[in-house]
Amino acid sequence: MADAPATELKTSDGRPLRAALAAAQSRARRRAFLLVVPLLAFVILTFVVPIGYMLKRSFEHDGFSASAPSLAVWFAANPKGAAPDEAAYAALVSDLAKMQVDKTPGQAGTRINYTVPGTISLFKSAARKAKDLTPPFKEAMLELDAKWAEPAIWMAMREASSSYTTDFYRVAADQKRGPDGSWQRGADNERIYLFLFFKTFLLSGAVTLICLLLAFPIAHLLATLPVSKSSLLMILVLLPFWTSLLVRTSAWIAILQEQGIINDLMYSTGLIADDSRVRMIYNQTGTVIVMTHILLPFMVLPLFSVMRTIPPSYARAARSLGATSWTTFRRVYLPQTLPGIAAGSLLVFILAVGYYITPALVGGADGQLISNMIQFHMAKSNWSLAAALAAMLLLAVMVLYWLYDRLIGIDRLKLG
Amino acid sequence: MKKILILSTALSGMAFTASADVTVMSWGGAYTASQVEAYHKPYTAATGKAVVSVDSDNPAPAVKAMVEAGNVTVDVADVEYADAVRLCDDGMLETIGVDTLPPGADGTPAAEDFLPGSVTDCAVSTIVFSTIFAYDTTKFPEGPTTIADFFDLEKFPGKRAMRNGAKANLEMALMADGVPAADVYATLATPEGVDRAFAELDKIKKDTIWWEAGAQPPQLLADGEVAMTTAYNGRIFAAAAAEGKPFQTVWDGQVYEFDLFVVPKGAPNAAEAIEFVKFATSTQALADQAKWISYGPARKSSAPLVGLYQDGKTEMAPYMPTNPANMTNALGSSYEFWVDHDSELNERFNAWLAAN
Repeated sequence: MADAPATELKTSDGRPLRAALAAAQSRARRRAFLLVVPLLAFVILTFVVPIGYMLKRSFEHDGFSASAPSLAVWFAANPKGAAPDEAAYAALVSDLAKMQVDKTPGQAGTRINYTVPGTISLFKSAARKAKDLTPPFKEAMLELDAKWAEPAIWMAMREASSSYTTDFYRVAADQKRGPDGSWQRGADNERIYLFLFFKTFLLSGAVTLICLLLAFPIAHLLATLPVSKSSLLMILVLLPFWTSLLVRTSAWIAILQEQGIINDLMYSTGLIADDSRVRMIYNQTGTVIVMTHILLPFMVLPLFSVMRTIPPSYARAARSLGATSWTTFRRVYLPQTLPGIAAGSLLVFILAVGYYITPALVGGADGQLISNMIQFHMAKSNWSLAAALAAMLLLAVMVLYWLYDRLIGIDRLKLG
Repeated sequence: MKKILILSTALSGMAFTASADVTVMSWGGAYTASQVEAYHKPYTAATGKAVVSVDSDNPAPAVKAMVEAGNVTVDVADVEYADAVRLCDDGMLETIGVDTLPPGADGTPAAEDFLPGSVTDCAVSTIVFSTIFAYDTTKFPEGPTTIADFFDLEKFPGKRAMRNGAKANLEMALMADGVPAADVYATLATPEGVDRAFAELDKIKKDTIWWEAGAQPPQLLADGEVAMTTAYNGRIFAAAAAEGKPFQTVWDGQVYEFDLFVVPKGAPNAAEAIEFVKFATSTQALADQAKWISYGPARKSSAPLVGLYQDGKTEMAPYMPTNPANMTNALGSSYEFWVDHDSELNERFNAWLAAN
């Protein structure tokens, strides 16, 4: 308390100055907050709520649990691994009969089918006959289909009898239920997601690097040319930026395909034979080329805005003090552009990680990214798996962002 | 252009008639064009109500998303059989029922007039379409004739294109490997059978482009990007007949199935939509559609009315999937199989595609 004033200052009406100031400031803050309330509400309603709702689906699915109350009771009363007894089959039959009445055997079967393939029709056909079955139910069910004795189905039903589950994250991590119902690593020809995550980050990194190498000289040129010329060049950078993504992607198809402009040119100049045209699209190469082109402005603009503010006198000073042009670039110019490099790289990388239209159109078989799988499962109506994959992607990006903050510092970011 | 016209008339119509218009979501391209000619225009002429056409690569996922989100914007959707059954089971479709459909032009009740299995509780078939393969006759004067030729790069070198998905591809691969059509689904239900199908696909994997939308394969053939492609038969017919492209369809190993109209639960004009479905699946409308595209009508009573293509000289029968000459080695797609195995086999297919 050494720095506390000996006598407190008061306003003219006798209130302590400190309190009066705080009151006045909080009023201003409240008013300022009211100004952002519409935006905040907009963001929450259109962004946070739908995304949260979607992500919730990754660990919540009541397709089975909502229509199988009797089985849930049996699972709760019996420990994991207990062999299904007559009571279990009786519960199953009563739930199946209820599903038939409620028209839900398809939904329940679909939930089990996510981890044990081939069960939708099993549920449907059993549900149709459930109300006519007589005890002993175990024999009756096994007579319908011997599959009902499989441990994998019972394990899957136990897991699904709660509406909360880790199933979708397991599938997203390339695991599958073995014949005994336990989770195992999927067979080599079935594993895909972790590989695609890895590939997505690798390709995004490559696109970011290529963008940086291409954008750096352009941005430098833009920043150092006289305004009249640089604004003309700027339009060339911005024009594609304003053109529809689909149009640009389709244009690349026309340019790169085997009967396309580049191949035709190489053929007519005798560089290649007609039967050895280069395949530049519908593969990974196509994805990288087109994504680089589409994301380039996101690298040029932050770099440009940073480079514009670097006084040319610094470089001149370095040169006059005897630095070579390489040293000047490396020790004087480059460090000053770092905030722009950081911003551009982060922007391009994060955009690239989530790209899906471009890979879908030009990626062919091996140029697909994880976002294409998310879209695939959305379209194939396995929204929970799509949500689990999206959650993993979101988490990975957040971890990278955190790393970036620790290593470079987010306050060094400069977008313009 | 026709579509734009329809759309603009529909839009301008909307301004006057508030909300009585029917929005139909279908697969685009030559197929939607045939529906516009055979269903939409006559319906508008008969009732004065406009029909708006919306395109999609596959309307089923869109319908599911709309119903789940509680924001249905289409009244009628054109979907595949397995999707129609699945959506119906999930309670996402309005019930239509075969008894409410009008009898055939010859008086046969609808239940007997429609091909067996082509009407379900919630869906009414319009056409039988087929996945076939087609080639460019300028590249192969002595063209391929069997499905095995499609997978034979030595005999018929050149790029291939197939639909990006497991359905129909796996069946065709097995038939190419010598499995009789009758045994295809029994084989595909075993792990060994699936491996066998993928082994056959492996033969052409590195030379294959994977298409998403039905309009792509004729484009890929026309651009010379591929020498052979699987496609929906009507698309190839449309390109060959209407645009004179040198495309030849090979019917050996074709996989045929129904396409159905459904009305999503919560459709803005559900009652109107069902009237539209009744109109569009009537004997005359189905027969008329064959004038525009080579898909077989789902009503038996339509078959005798199928005549010439819109050019007035091409006999349509040889181009129909259901023509006996085209059925010598043909497989009816099994919706029971795909309802159960769709997710499993598509996941395997995706993993197979992504692996180099």
